[in-house]
Amino acid sequence: MKAKITVSPKKAVLDPQGKTVQNALEHMGYKGIRAVHVGKYLEIEVEGDREIVRQQIDEACRKLLTNPVIEDYQFTLE
Amino acid sequence: MNFAVLQFPASNCDQDAVHVLKNVLGHSVRLVWHKDLSLGSVDGVVVPGGFSYGDHLRTGAIARMSPIMQAVQQFAANGGTVLGICNGFQILCEAGLLPGALIRNRSLQFRCEHVYLKAATRRSGFTRAIPSGQVLRVPIAHGEGCYFADESTLKTLQAKDQILFQYTTAEGQITDAANPNGSLLNIAGICNERGNVAGLMPHPERASEGLMGSTDGRLVFEGWLQELAERKRPLAA
Repeated sequence: MKAKITVSPKKAVLDPQGKTVQNALEHMGYKGIRAVHVGKYLEIEVEGDREIVRQQIDEACRKLLTNPVIEDYQFTLE
Repeated sequence: MNFAVLQFPASNCDQDAVHVLKNVLGHSVRLVWHKDLSLGSVDGVVVPGGFSYGDHLRTGAIARMSPIMQAVQQFAANGGTVLGICNGFQILCEAGLLPGALIRNRSLQFRCEHVYLKAATRRSGFTRAIPSGQVLRVPIAHGEGCYFADESTLKTLQAKDQILFQYTTAEGQITDAANPNGSLLNIAGICNERGNVAGLMPHPERASEGLMGSTDGRLVFEGWLQELAERKRPLAA
């Protein structure tokens, strides 16, 4: 199965990339953009019992894949 | 004194740290490979600058999983003094040995230049040798040096005197213009609550000889050495 993990900057964290992308979109003429946040996406291909995999991915997110000081994450197993 | 300087794949300031501690300040230094399990018998540890593991995932995120970091955690837990410089600071934050995190510079630019710093406290071994009010001129070279911590962490840092260095103007004023990376409170360096683990983004090891254009960084090492010497001195009967 595949774990699809989305990592996003926490709300309180400065996100200069998001701001820069937002400015570019506005320069292109797109209207009504309130905010842009740039995060990252990871895919992990993994085998095993679904519930155990879920626990392991969650633990890996907390221990390595994200930094809880600055990032939030969510994931799905497909 | 005996120092250990860690080496990760793509550390690139390790030899500079060795040079200053050994050739400039006259102490014994050992390079310790990241796969080693032990630091040996040392008085202090330097986690040097560089781009460990190519900065993949996040700066310092992979390095902090290296086997030697277990020994560093233990050394710090026993009260041993640890100094992280640049990537070393990032690694110590990722390892949870220092609070907060270092994120992309607000300008999104890699900044490589001399900056001005002030010691925010002289209570730490790393700042005690800096004359009160003196502004230090020390180089930086980083793309991810913007110090971030949530509000309660920042309050604790202030309340417990854990902010060691702040970016200033040449006159010592803490201003936005003097902040090269967007760090909250112009923070350039901090220590843990106990004071034995410290990290800073600027490179004192690159400003420890006249040849390098500044000797201000030497004060950081000299203060550390003073503190270590006091620790070693037997207590008076």
